Amino acid sequence: MAEAQNIPVGSTTAGQIAVAAESTVATRMSAPPSFDVQDFPVPHGREEEWRFTPLERLRGLHDGTAVATGDGLKVDIDAPEGVVVETVGRDDARLGKAGVPVDRVAAQAYSAFEKAGVITVPKETVLTEPIRIAVHGEGGTSFAHQVIELGAFAEAVVVLDHTGDAVLAANVDYLLGDGAKLTVVSVQDWDDKAVHVAQHNALIGRDATFKSFVVTFGGDLVRLHPRVTYAGPGGEAELFGLYFTDAGQHQEHRLLVDHNTPHCKSNVAYKGALQGEGAHAVWIGDVLIEAKAEGTDTYEMNRNLVLTDGARVDSVPNLEIETGEIVGAGHASATGRFDDEQLFYLMARGIPADEARRLVVRGFFAELVQQIGVDDIEERLLVKIDEELEASV
Amino acid sequence: MATLEIRDLHVTVEADNSTKEILKGVDLTVKQGETHAIMGPNGSGKSTLAYSLAGHPKYTITSGTVTLDGEDVLAMSVDERARAGLFLAMQYPVEVPGVSVSNFLRTSATAIRGEAPKLRTWVKEVKETMQRLNMDPAFAERNVNEGFSGGEKKRHEILQLELLKPKVAILDETDSGLDVDALRVVSEGVNRVRESGEVGTMLITHYTRILRYIKPDYVHVFSAGRIVESGGAELADKLENEGYEAYTKGGPVSGANSEEDVA
Repeated sequence: MAEAQNIPVGSTTAGQIAVAAESTVATRMSAPPSFDVQDFPVPHGREEEWRFTPLERLRGLHDGTAVATGDGLKVDIDAPEGVVVETVGRDDARLGKAGVPVDRVAAQAYSAFEKAGVITVPKETVLTEPIRIAVHGEGGTSFAHQVIELGAFAEAVVVLDHTGDAVLAANVDYLLGDGAKLTVVSVQDWDDKAVHVAQHNALIGRDATFKSFVVTFGGDLVRLHPRVTYAGPGGEAELFGLYFTDAGQHQEHRLLVDHNTPHCKSNVAYKGALQGEGAHAVWIGDVLIEAKAEGTDTYEMNRNLVLTDGARVDSVPNLEIETGEIVGAGHASATGRFDDEQLFYLMARGIPADEARRLVVRGFFAELVQQIGVDDIEERLLVKIDEELEASV
Repeated sequence: MATLEIRDLHVTVEADNSTKEILKGVDLTVKQGETHAIMGPNGSGKSTLAYSLAGHPKYTITSGTVTLDGEDVLAMSVDERARAGLFLAMQYPVEVPGVSVSNFLRTSATAIRGEAPKLRTWVKEVKETMQRLNMDPAFAERNVNEGFSGGEKKRHEILQLELLKPKVAILDETDSGLDVDALRVVSEGVNRVRESGEVGTMLITHYTRILRYIKPDYVHVFSAGRIVESGGAELADKLENEGYEAYTKGGPVSGANSEEDVA
């Protein structure tokens, strides 16, 4: 079933830290970052960054055969007053500032998009309502680029909602000015056939706070690559994720937090439930603490709950530390089964089997769901979880 | 009056690709208001009896009947048995990560009672019951059995017993691993339920110690998968003095194991 490591919560520099000697964040990618797709060889599947991904299901996004079909996506943006919403050409200076594509599909997306979206929250603007970006797939193939920029001390919540059917490769940039606070909820609620591969780059300003929820339910193949770097000290990143992987689905979340600046914090918590034959979840949690990043405080955690036979989890936390002058660093990964004994215990208290399963899964996700803070999204998630569970009975 | 009737119960378990018969014809009748102590050496099948009655999938009933007020218990699923009024306090309660005690108790009470208990009275009921069991109120926010000490797990089982008010309660070695203080608190909880007169109790234990706190009406000696002797509370005193040796070496005592003695 699962490759699971169990490392105690609260590990610090003095405790247990797994450093993968032969495979490091810097060396494991088969090519250095680049905006140009030609700089990346076509992957064959044995590369470290592709070894878990079924390339044959990428619909050509990785080998140059995928071609944009036009009108593949319908994008509706609902932004409160004070927010600037623009569509810009490829030469706009704000594109690509938050990060450089690190694999061939991200570079393909950068090389192929025609127009990009830029949403700006001016400095010191504090929004009380979320910015909603509804991306609905109309069945075609698309390459996209979206920038969300917050000026200094601006505060905003952004909901990026993906539905419908699409083959989509995208880059999303989050630029946080000094002292800015951004919460992003990215929901992947695709139809069954959708393929979605995206790199999310967050560049966190001095004393800025970035909170991200990645919620993946749908799609045939979803592969997301959230990355965080810091532009100044005092930055904080909280990266939360939930996924519910069903029969036949491949859902892959590959995170990198690059502590490249002193006195920054990061906290990563991803939780997934899996059920059904061929359900495959992949979680890669890379945290790099560079030599100059003294005073770093970081923790990352991945938990998986396997509900049936036939599902597979690959969970790989990887913490690399180049300085000992840090506040704390730890990681944990565990994959557990909702087992027959738990089911028996709950049923022996009169709770029917389907309700017992719902109780456990809702409970498993609750601590993350409750932190989202966007009511309609929280409610939709709970409904979604129930639907997924009903589909399995 | 609620009555649990067990007749000629035979149970097997699969182990290492072979089938082993654990229960070899158990007869027992437990009526509402009665307390039956089931005592026996390790490996005699006491816990198998408890789990078979609750419907654990590991055990296969090969023959015999179990009825609760005439209803066929063996035809019911695990949750149906609980809703019919059977309660098993487990020797090793299972951890259920992600589910808080308060959420669990309320979901369970809703299932057993057939409707959600009124929130205000429910909160009070849980709080008071926990208080009587010397349980910290913070306990309600912890995950079910996760990180509980042995004593906390047992108190949590008895908390459920008090809240769910079953017709027949099976207590599987509830006394094991408890210090004297915890044993007293847990026994008081059981006695409160017994005093209602509405529950039949099967107290499964290896030791006579708990019988100082919970006085049985009947004592049954369990050995090699069946009841080999039945008597009143005085039988426990005999076991206290003489141990189980007479039963494990000498085989069944003649005249025991008839249902007239038991009921």
